[in-house]
Amino acid sequence: MIVDSPQGLFCPGGPFHLDPLGPVQRAVITHAHGDHARAGNAAILCTPQTAALVKRRLGEGTVIEILEYGERRRIGEVTVSLHPAGHMLGSAQVRIEGPAGVWVLSGDYKREPDPTCAPFEPLRCDVFVTEASYALPIFRWDSAASVAAEIASWWQGNARKASLLFCYALGKAQRLLAELARVTERPVFVHGAVEPFAEIYRAAGVRMLPTRLIGEERSFAGELVLAPITARGTPWMKRFRAFESGFASGLLRIRGTRRRRGFDRGFVISDHADWPGVLKTIRETGAQRVLAMHGHRDALVRWLREAGVDAAPIGLAAPPLDPEGD
Amino acid sequence: MRRFAQLYDALDATTSTNAKVAAMQSYFAEAPPADAAWALFFLTGRRLKRLIAPRLLAVWGCERAQVPGWMAEECFSLVGDLAETVALMMDTARTERRAHAEPPSLASLIEGTLLPLREADEDEKRRVVMTLWDSLERREMYLLAKLLTGEMRVGVSETLGIRALAQHAGLPPATVAHRLMGSWEPSAASFAALVRPGVSDADVSRPYPFFLASPLEEEPEALGDRAGWLAEWKWDGIRAQIVRRGGGAFLWSRGEELITDRFTDLSGVWAALPEGTVLDGEVLAFSGDAPMPFSVLQRRIGRQKLTPRILEEAPAAFMAYDVLEHEGRDDRELPLRERRALLERLVAGRSSRLLLSGSVEAASWEELSVLRRGSRERGVEGLMLKRWDSPYRVGRPRGDWWKWKIDPYSIDAVLVYAQPGHGRRATLMTDLTFAVWSAGELVPVAKAYSGLTDEEIDELDRWIRQNTIERFGPVRAVKPVHVFELHFEGIAESSRHKSGIAVRFPRISRWRTDKTPEQADTIESLRALIKSAGREGRDRG
Repeated sequence: MIVDSPQGLFCPGGPFHLDPLGPVQRAVITHAHGDHARAGNAAILCTPQTAALVKRRLGEGTVIEILEYGERRRIGEVTVSLHPAGHMLGSAQVRIEGPAGVWVLSGDYKREPDPTCAPFEPLRCDVFVTEASYALPIFRWDSAASVAAEIASWWQGNARKASLLFCYALGKAQRLLAELARVTERPVFVHGAVEPFAEIYRAAGVRMLPTRLIGEERSFAGELVLAPITARGTPWMKRFRAFESGFASGLLRIRGTRRRRGFDRGFVISDHADWPGVLKTIRETGAQRVLAMHGHRDALVRWLREAGVDAAPIGLAAPPLDPEGD
Repeated sequence: MRRFAQLYDALDATTSTNAKVAAMQSYFAEAPPADAAWALFFLTGRRLKRLIAPRLLAVWGCERAQVPGWMAEECFSLVGDLAETVALMMDTARTERRAHAEPPSLASLIEGTLLPLREADEDEKRRVVMTLWDSLERREMYLLAKLLTGEMRVGVSETLGIRALAQHAGLPPATVAHRLMGSWEPSAASFAALVRPGVSDADVSRPYPFFLASPLEEEPEALGDRAGWLAEWKWDGIRAQIVRRGGGAFLWSRGEELITDRFTDLSGVWAALPEGTVLDGEVLAFSGDAPMPFSVLQRRIGRQKLTPRILEEAPAAFMAYDVLEHEGRDDRELPLRERRALLERLVAGRSSRLLLSGSVEAASWEELSVLRRGSRERGVEGLMLKRWDSPYRVGRPRGDWWKWKIDPYSIDAVLVYAQPGHGRRATLMTDLTFAVWSAGELVPVAKAYSGLTDEEIDELDRWIRQNTIERFGPVRAVKPVHVFELHFEGIAESSRHKSGIAVRFPRISRWRTDKTPEQADTIESLRALIKSAGREGRDRG
C-alpha cells in the first residue's frame, strides 16, 4: 500500500504521498523537519503540534488538515491514523489500513523517553516501514539524563568562556533545554533560529529552561549558548571572544566524527532509533514484512533476511550525510 | 585503568595544550606510581608489541557481540578504526547496562595479564580477552583493544607528556627528558626516580635549543648584499647536536632524542673533540666524498641492530656547521663569522667522519642561483643562507637563517586506489594511491595523504564512494579518471615496489581537473627523473 514514486513514498489507495520530496496534491507529514515537511504541497495532513511548527516554518497560509493522535480518517479506499513516534514534538507514525492489511510507516522515531513529546507507541501491523538512520550494531544511546549531566558539567567547567553548543534548531535544541531543566534552572542563550520553535514547544506545555535571545551582550563567559550548526563559521560567531564548541548528535558516538569536524566536545544524543531500538520495534510490530529506509537500510535489510525476516529497501538510495533533523 | 581511560577522554576532549598538560599533571599527582609509569610510557609515544592480530580480535568481538563478519566490515567502514568498532559493537550488544566492577589497575592489567600473553596460545588469549571484556566500560574496551593490537596512541606529543611530568615534579623538562633516555622501563621505582628533585645529572648532557631556518619565499636579492651571507649546502640527513662534556659524549636529534647509541661508528668523532664542546650539524650517510641519499640513512635508522653490514652500507658522518659551546663556554651570542672561524679550527683534521659544511663560494646571488640548480646532482636539498653577523638564536625566528630549497619533483598521476585515513580522517578516503602508465597499464608509484583542501577531500570522498569498482578489505579500487599533480623530494630505484621506483615524501600539489588520465606521466618519464637525479638515484637495495 506504500510504494516508491518520483516524489517519494506514495499510497495509491488514497491517493496521497508520505513526506513527499516535491510538491504534490495531498501529503501526509510525519513531522516538521525540513526533509519531511517541504513547501509547495496543495494540502497537508498532520498532527496539530506538527501543524503549528510547519506553519512557523512554511508560513501561516499553508493548507493543513489536522488529525489528532489515534483519530481515524478515511481517505479513498484506506483509513489513516497517526500515532506517537517519540522523535520530536508532534512526530507521528502513519498507520494505513486497507485491502492489503495494516501498514505502518514509522517516520523518524526513537524509543528513549523524551520530555518534549509523547512516547513511541508500538503498533501491530502486517508491513512495517522503518527508518534505518542508525541501524548498525555500533549505535546504542546512553540515557539522555547522563548526557544532560555531561553537558551541564562541561558548561559549569567553562566559567570564563562561553559554552557554544551546536545542534539542530528544531527538536534537538528543545529536547536539550528540557533535559537540562532536570539538572539546573539557569537560563540559556539561544540563536534566533531556536527561539520561535521553543515558543511553540512552551505553548504545547513542554517544560524547558528559560531562554534568552542573543542580543547586544558583550560577554557570554560562563553561559551556555544553543545555536544551529549553520551558524558555525559565520560572522554571527564574532561576538564570542572566548568559547568552547560542542556538538550534539548521534553521529558523535564515532570518535572520528567529532575530531574531523573540529569540535572541542561531542555529546552523543540522538532522536533516532539506535540498533537495539530498531530491532525491538520490528519485533513488537509483529510485521510479516519489513521495509527499511534512510541511512543504513541495506545493512539492516541483509541482517533481517539472514535472520529469516522478509525485508526490502524502500525510498531514496543515497544516505543522508547527517540524519539528525533538518 | 579507569583513571587512565578518564585521562584519555580528557586529552581527547580538548585541543588546548594547556588543558592537556593540566590533565596529565593531575593524573600524575593522583595515580599510583606504577600506573603513572605506564601512562607516561604511552604519553611519551612508547608502544607495546602487538599481542594479538587485529583480525583475531575482530573475530572474537563479532562472536561475543553476535555480529556477522560482513556487518562488522560495514561498521568498520563507517568508524575507520578496528579497536573502536569492536568496542562499539560490544557496548551495543550488552544486554544490560549495569555498573561495571572495578577494572584492574593499568599496571596490573599490563604486567599481570597482558604481557604474560606473549607466551600464551590462541585459546588462552581468547579466554583472557573474553574475561576482561566483562569488566570493562566502552572506552576501556577500546583502550584494551589498542593495547592488545600494539596501537595504543594518545593524542599528545612526547614533548607535551614530558612537560606535564616536569611540571608535576617541579623540574626542568630537559632533566626529565634526559632521565627518560636510553633504556627506561616503566615501574613504580623508575617513575619515582624520574620525578626526584635535583637537576645536576642532566646538566652534563643537555643540548641547546636548535636554531631553525625559515623557507626563503622571495628572491635572494631581497636579502641585500651577497657578502653579508654565508651560503652552505642544505644537507639531507638528521639534524643533530654533539654534546661533549663531563668526559662523555651525547648525540641529540632535533626532536631532543638521544641517539648516541644509534651511531657507534661516530665514536671517533666525539673522542677527537675537546671537552666542553657542543657542535650543531647533520648526521649523514656518507661514502667517499659525497653524501648518500636519505633513504640509505633511513633504512639504517629503521634497523633494531647495527650489524657490521649496515655500518658498511651506510657509514655515518657528522657534517658540522656551527659551534655553540667551546671550552665549556656558551658561545651562541658570538656572530656567525667568529663562530665559523672557531668551528673551522675545531673540526680540521680531527676525524675522517667529522666534516665541515663548507662555504659555497659564489660572488653574486645569480651565480649562487646557478650552483643551486646542481643541488640534486650533489645529493643536497638546496642551499642554506646564514647572516654573517647573526648570533645562534632559539627556535625559528625569521631573518637570519633561510633555507633555499630546490623545487620538488613533479609528476601527473592517476588516482587508482583509496582507503580511509586515520585519526580525524578515519571516516574519509584520504589515503590515496596514484599510478602512471607502463605499457598501456596503470602502475602504482606513490601513496599520498596530504595536500588537498577540506572541501576537495569531501568532494573526492563522495566521488570515491560512488565510483568504487572493486574492494579489497578497506581498500577501494576506483575508476581511473582523476589526475593529480604530485610533488616529491627524491626518487630512487627500489626492488620493494612493484613499479621498481620509490619516491620520497610524495604529496598532492593540485587536482588536475583539466587533464584526462591519458595525459598522465609514464614510467619512462619517471625513470628519466632517476637518471637525471644522478647519484641520488643510486639507491642501494
